[in-house]
Amino acid sequence: MRLLTHNMLSSKIKGVSNGFPLRIEVEKVIEKQVELNPDFLKNIFPKVDWKALVEAGRTMGFAELPEEADLLMLDSSEFLSKFHHALLELHLEEGALVCPETGRKFPVNKGIPNMLLHEDEV
Amino acid sequence: MKLKQLESLLGDLEQFSNPKVELEQYPTGPHIASRILFTAHNSFGDVNGKVVADFGCGCGTLGAAAALMGAEQVIAVDIDSDSLKIASHNAEDLELDINFLQCDVKNLGWRGHIVDTIVMNPPFGTRQKGADMEFLHMALKISSQAVYSLHKTSTRDHVKRAALRDFGAINAEVLCELRYNIPQMYSFHKKREMDIAVDLWRFVPKVIEDMQ
Repeated sequence: MRLLTHNMLSSKIKGVSNGFPLRIEVEKVIEKQVELNPDFLKNIFPKVDWKALVEAGRTMGFAELPEEADLLMLDSSEFLSKFHHALLELHLEEGALVCPETGRKFPVNKGIPNMLLHEDEV
Repeated sequence: MKLKQLESLLGDLEQFSNPKVELEQYPTGPHIASRILFTAHNSFGDVNGKVVADFGCGCGTLGAAAALMGAEQVIAVDIDSDSLKIASHNAEDLELDINFLQCDVKNLGWRGHIVDTIVMNPPFGTRQKGADMEFLHMALKISSQAVYSLHKTSTRDHVKRAALRDFGAINAEVLCELRYNIPQMYSFHKKREMDIAVDLWRFVPKVIEDMQ
């Protein structure tokens, strides 16, 4: 699971008012290189919840993103490569996503998050 | 990529080995899948460089087609772990990089508008009434640019009304009518195979700028 996916997933358990962001529990992180596309990064930047990305990156062992970011920083290639790495190259291979309100764990196996709800959670 | 080339690559994909009738698992054939993604790319620019999601991906044919047509990221969602296994094998075979997610589409918890385009062949709602509309409702909430979806031609008026009036779409257009071939897969199928008339729709969602 990429942090791109993490940045849009939230817990939808019955009764939860703010299920975002999900906490990450790491068992295994892998890195896969992908080609950097500056235009794509510039387009997606305003849609990303930056705080959640910084926190998730740190949990996955990548602490190089600045706490705050703005559109001007997208002109820096150093910033772009860090943003690219955090958003698209880090994968949670094994671990879990944890609902911030209830603590319910959603397992991640072989890189696939299982967000299925139990009957009493719908 | 040429249409013929896309269709032939999709034709090699593995399909459901034990299809589940309650999920209305029918394969999206390479003919239809290649035309959907080709149109989305060539006529509307909804694929290349975009984040594309495939809702109810099954064996992952539409998601694979999106990746082949140059989607920057593809997210394929399905409720069924057997389908996801086949879909990820298929992605590996074609050396495609696809993000998979196991979830019931109607219970998806989603923030923001990172997904540009959704392509889907939802359950037609024959076994589970309204399943097709639940998919469409969710897709129109999540995507920021376009939703491509197949629905039975017999439900055309209903689909249009629901999309525009109930789900806030700002445009709903039938791009073409297709023949969807249903092979004899389940025991209740009396004929060897049959064609049903299916519409390929393109919907444009209304994007509400909430960043939460």
